[in-house]
Parts: sequence; C-alpha cells; structure tokens
Amino acid sequence: MTNTVLNINNLVVTVGKKSSGPKIIDGISIQVRERETLCLVGESGSGKSVTSLTVMGLLQKGSLNPTGGSVKLVGEELLTATDRRLRQLRATQMAMIFQEPMTALNPVVPVGRQIDEVLRAHTDLDGRARKKRILDMMEHVRLPQVERIFASYPHRLSGGQRQRIMIAMALVLEPKLLIADEPTTALDVTTQKQILTLIRDLQRDHGTAVLFITHDMGVVAEIADRVAVMRQGRLVETGPLDSILRNPTMEYTRNLLASVPSLVPRPAREETKEPIVLEANDLGKVYRERSFFGKGREVVAADKVTLTLRKGRTLGIVGESGSGKSTVARCIVRLIDPTSGGVRLAGREISDLSRRLLQPHRQKIQIVFQDPYRSLNPRVTVGESIAEGPINYGVAHADAMKRARELLELVGLPADAVARYPHQFSGGQRQRIAIARALALDPDVLVADEAVSALDVSVQAQVLELLDEIQKRLGIAILFITHDLRVAAQICDEVVVMQHGRVVEQGPAGEVLMHPKEAYTKSLLDAAPGRGWDFANFRPVAEGVAASV
Amino acid sequence: MLGYLVRRIFAAVPVMGVVALFVFLLLRLTPGDPAAILAGDNATPERLERIRTSLGLNEPLIVQFITWVNKLLHGDLGTSLISNLPVLKMISQRVEPSISIALSTIILAVIVAVPLGVIAAWKHGTWIDRFVMGLSVLGFSVPVFVVGYILIEIFAIDLRWVPVQGFKSISAGFGPFFERIILPTCALSFIYIALIARMTRAAMLDVLGEDYVRTARAKGISEVAVMMRHALRNAAVPVITVIGTGFALLISGVVVTESVFNIPGIGRLTVDAVLARDYPVIQAMILLTSLIYVVVNLLIDVAYTLLDPRIRY
Repeated sequence: MTNTVLNINNLVVTVGKKSSGPKIIDGISIQVRERETLCLVGESGSGKSVTSLTVMGLLQKGSLNPTGGSVKLVGEELLTATDRRLRQLRATQMAMIFQEPMTALNPVVPVGRQIDEVLRAHTDLDGRARKKRILDMMEHVRLPQVERIFASYPHRLSGGQRQRIMIAMALVLEPKLLIADEPTTALDVTTQKQILTLIRDLQRDHGTAVLFITHDMGVVAEIADRVAVMRQGRLVETGPLDSILRNPTMEYTRNLLASVPSLVPRPAREETKEPIVLEANDLGKVYRERSFFGKGREVVAADKVTLTLRKGRTLGIVGESGSGKSTVARCIVRLIDPTSGGVRLAGREISDLSRRLLQPHRQKIQIVFQDPYRSLNPRVTVGESIAEGPINYGVAHADAMKRARELLELVGLPADAVARYPHQFSGGQRQRIAIARALALDPDVLVADEAVSALDVSVQAQVLELLDEIQKRLGIAILFITHDLRVAAQICDEVVVMQHGRVVEQGPAGEVLMHPKEAYTKSLLDAAPGRGWDFANFRPVAEGVAASV
Repeated sequence: MLGYLVRRIFAAVPVMGVVALFVFLLLRLTPGDPAAILAGDNATPERLERIRTSLGLNEPLIVQFITWVNKLLHGDLGTSLISNLPVLKMISQRVEPSISIALSTIILAVIVAVPLGVIAAWKHGTWIDRFVMGLSVLGFSVPVFVVGYILIEIFAIDLRWVPVQGFKSISAGFGPFFERIILPTCALSFIYIALIARMTRAAMLDVLGEDYVRTARAKGISEVAVMMRHALRNAAVPVITVIGTGFALLISGVVVTESVFNIPGIGRLTVDAVLARDYPVIQAMILLTSLIYVVVNLLIDVAYTLLDPRIRY
C-alpha cells in the first residue's frame, strides 16, 4: 500500500475574499501517491496552475483565495496553515519548478548561492557541508563542471542548465512532493527529453510524488502514471495513463486528444507546375556587435539558405531555438536586411531594394507573428488594423473597411467585429484577425512565424484548418516557421530542417519526417514527446501500422 | 572591470573637450567686443587694450583656444572681474559647503526613502502604501524655502537647538559643522525623499511580479530575505540613476537653500556671477558642473555593472 502524499479534496478557489465570488477552481479532488506522477492536463484558463499555486500557498494574496475544501500534504492541512508553517514546509516537504527557466532564477545572484539559500533557511549545516551538498546535487541533476556553474550567474547558462538548477534547488532537501508547472514547455525538444528523463530518474531514486502540469499530450504520454484532465476549473476525468489515452470516457477528453496533430505527415498533395512565387538563394545574415574600442563580435544567424516556394504550396522551416528559422523569415519579408544572398519575390529580386523601392513589393508578402496578444495594436479597432494596409496602398477608406468585413467572415469571425478592440477577443480569434490583416493586401506569400505555437491544441487545430482552407480558396503560398514537428507534419508540403543557421535537410514532408537522412533530423524526431502514440486514433502508432498492413 | 573604467574615463575626455570649446566660444562669439563686455560700460580705451592683450584677443581664435586650454590644465581659470581674485580660489572656498550638503542630503534621503519605498511596494494597496504615497506628494508640492523657514522657526528660533544659519567647516570640529548642516539637509532632502521613495516603490512593484520572486518564496525563505536579497537588488538600477542625478543637481543647484540658510556654496556663487556678468566665473562654473555630471554618470554606470552582472560594456 503506497501512501498518499497530496490529497486535494473538493477545493474551491474564488476571486476576492468572499466565497460567493466567481470560482476559478470549482470543487476539484486529486490524490498523488508516493512514487507516482500525476499529470494535470488542460488548456489555458483551465485552472491547473492556480491549483498548484494553491498547494504551495503562493496565490496572490487578496485577489485569489481558497474558500472551500481541503489540501492535505502527508495528512497535514495546508489551507489553514500559518504563513510561518507554510514557509517551513516549502522546499523541505513540497517544492516547485516553473515553466520559464529564463526568468525563474534571480539574474543578479550566482546560481550556487540561490541553491544555498534553501539550505541556509532550512538546515543548520555549516558552509562547507552546504557547498558539498549543493555540488553533489548539481552532479545528480547531471550538470557539467559543477564548480564553475556554482559560481555562474543565470545568464551564462543555457535554458536546459537553468532548469536543472531549478530542479536541484527543488530537490536538494528531498521533499515528498514535487510540483512541476510546465517545466519543459519553454525548452527545445532535445532538452525537453533530457529533463523529462531526469525527473523520472530522480523520482525513481527518491520516491518523490510528482504533480506534473502540462498542456502537451506528448509529454503526458512520456511521463504520466495517471492523468487528470481539467477544464474551466473543474475536473473532467481522472484515470491511469493508458485508459485515458485509449478509452477516454468524456467528450472533452476525446476532443482534446483528437486535436493533437499527428507526427505522421498528412498524405502528400500532388506535385504542381504552378509558378514559383518565392525564392531565396544563398541567403545569409551576420549580426555584428560593434564596440567603441577593440574588435566586435560576429554571430552568423543564417548561412547560405536556399529555398523555393510555389503558388498554392506550404513550405515549413523547422528547427530548435537559435537555429535561424525566424531570421530567415524576417530576411525574406525584409523586416531585417540580409547580409548576403538574394530573395526573389514573383521573379523580382528584392533583397537589395531600398526601403522606398521595396514599398510596392511589400504587399505581395505578408507575415503573421507568434503572439496574438502582442501583435495587434490594443488601441486600434480590429477593422482599422485590417484596413490600414490597403489604405496605405491607396484604397479608399470605405472600400478598405468593406474588405475588412469580408475578410473577417473569411477567417470565421462575424463581420461586425470590425468595430471592436483586440482585447475583446480570445487568443485564437486574435490570430484569425492577424491572418485577416495579412490577407488584406492579397499577398502571394503568407509567412507564418510560429503562428500557432502560442495557441491551445484545439484552437491550434482550428487555425491550421483555416490556413489550409484559405490556401485552397486563394491559392496563396505559405512559408510556415515552426519548432513543432507535429504541426509541420500536418500542414507542410515541403520541409526545411535548420540547425545553427544552416539547412541540414530539405525535401517533401513525408520523406523528411518519415525517413530522415541526417542524424540531426533523426534526433529531433526521436526527441518529439509521445512519438509512440497516435493520439487522434486513441492507440499507439505501432498498433496503427500493424492494423493497416 | 579595470579596463572598462579606463575606457570610460578616456571616453569622458572628448565630452569635456566639447564643453571646454563651448565655454570658450561663449565669450568669443557673443556679439560685440569681448574686451568691452569684460571691461563694463565705463572702461577707458587703455583698459580695453590691456584686457585684449591679457586675454590674447589679438591672436587668431585657434591660438587663443590652445592658450586658454593650456592655462586651464595648469589650474588657471582666470581672474574674477568683480573681486579680482583667482577664480580657482573663489570656487575652492565654496566647494566644501556645497559638497557637504549634497552628500548629507543624499545620504539622509536614501536612508529614509528606500525603506519607505520597499515597504510601500510590499504592502501595495494597503493604507501604509497610500500613506507613503501621500507623504511623497506632499514632499513634491511644498517648496524647499517653505520647509526651510518652518524648520528654522521650530528648531532654531523656538527650541534654540541649532543656529539659525551659516556654515562651519568640518575642520572646525564635527559638532559645529553638524549643528549648522542639519537643518538645510532636512529641508533639501524632503523632495528627494519623495522622489526616491516613489522610484523605489515603482521599481519594486515591477520586480515583485517577476518569476524569480515567486521562486524565492517557493524556497520557503523569509519575506525580509525575499524583499532585500531578491527584489531590491533587481530594482536598484533605476533607483541608483535617480540618486546619482539627484546628487549632481544638488551640488550645483541649491541656490534657494543656500540663500535661506545663508550658506556660502557654489550655487549662490553662480547666481551672483551671472547677475554681475562675471564671465570668468561663469565659464569656470559651467566647466565644473559639466565635470560633476560626467563623473556622477561614470559612477552610476560603474554601479550598474556592480549591481547587475548582465550589464557589461
């Protein structure tokens, strides 16, 4: 019989101090046992992070308050515990790691001292014993050169190394419960895989109970023993991993799983002889850091990138962060100037045109950015945002607004949305608006720079469908930049894999993603979480292959 | 670090050069004969000629500039037209009161304002926060001479704890020095307390929303440690900027306070020189003020790199 470490029973969290306020968490009950990983899954706004912060007692005082139920850690009630008692329990009995390793560490304190703080606060060890313990722990989380890293500031470390520091900090006192709030979401797939393995191994060695919060079904398939699905502050269903993935009982869970794009590329579309609309030849971008005295530093962000895109086709550029994929996109749109090579748009060289001469060509290529919350001007109505481009190119205001209405309907929003402001829309709707804005100029090429990465899977699926539909209807060519191989598999005809600013491999999506030739592409695919599962069909990929033979 | 310092000091040289050129041209390029301006309205031709020769006004402009800079580098700032004393001597007599008051004011302001700002941010939205902010609005709105006269009335006239006005050098003993400097320091620090407290609060509020503050709390360390070790150090950069520029302003621009408390500082020296059109003194004051700003800015930048390891030049 294993012990229950965390027992959340009928928890209610409301906005404000009164229990009559709006409920953010509405009566959820979860148990996490020793040596068990419970994955708490849900889309944004489902209340999964609020749940974890409630356990730690880290909710913003005054704005959100637990008003009902109980949270017990190894039998001890946390909701009524004093601040002092909660402080004693943190790091010793329960610890937490966060999503963003870039911002979760104090930038002005060496990382070793940040771990040391935990030991100073909770133990009586002397300086030497503390340091030894920290270095041991750092080796335990497989950090290299621990002495050097001990004295380093966070900005000297990579994202993966920082997350290892966070894990070392959380586990140095061997707490009974580890809460991991999207710990790998901000990391590249290869790093993500290492961190997931690390958490698994540490859990096995120490018998820690893990409450793992994520929105990524792939990660769930990799790490969970049991799964709890949340939606709008309520628990939808709980169960062992296998039964949730194979036989979800609730409609919502089924839809959630069905929205996860498959790693198996969609059937290839026929090759076309349509004209080439976009060509990049040996495109290069070097950033030079100038300094007042002495020599500057050079960073090669893109090196000899060559690609072609035909009318009505979708070309994906995939790669990890720092691979140069966004640099290439921005050079092609001429948001930044390439340092070498050429870009031909509809047969016309544009890489060396001056800003002024470029102006007539700008409308042929439009871009949609990653973050729909920041890419629309909050003080301008949606209609004006969409109409701004055409008006710049001489279209009369009334005509441009009429076109804006049509475009909003094209992207699946009501035409009367023109008069509203961006904050009145959800993330998915805003991305639709951003797409409408890009389409307003009738471009030949649409560049989507991680355009669906910030969206929940169900919304992501809708936006991908929308892009596909628009392409069929308008014959537009799409250059799709993404780090997500699943998304690439579902929307791209051709794929370019980039690493360190260079093209590693390119070819038809089915070819590259199913039979990669290069080691790097293989390692990327290998690291994709949940690659063994075909979520949409509720079965492992292997079974699907067996069934189709 | 040392290399950075040396580079920064070298980079300050051209700045001071431009200032020197401007100061030099100020007199030469004003319409009319500089000698006539210097000599005043009732000058005899002989006196004009004497001034011309002494200033080298008959030489080409570039030669004049080189001679002038050369003298400058040897500590010769010219002679006052009014008192006929060397300008360098006039200024050096006035520097001690000004620097003493600026330093004591900034120290008092920081000691009072930073904790106030931290507490206001920590207790954000409570009556403590509103009280501190109310205090700072008061500090901004009451003119320094009003505060000065009120302080004199209470502590010097009614209670007779300290002298009404004047300044004693610290070489005359700490007691007399302190007695005379305390009231102007209090009066002046009023507005700086308001400014720095506000700045600290705003910077702290920004930082308190950061992820690493949440991480620090998740470690189970005390709130005091969270505030001091994690929040305040990250909030320090904008606060240091305000403190530094405040200090530079204080050295050269406290004319009103110097008048109220009858302190012979460089603020009053400047104003007197401007009113009397004492050009050599004005020139020297512009140079001195620029130098102070350059040095203070250098110190601020050095403080940045010490506070935040990410900042490297």
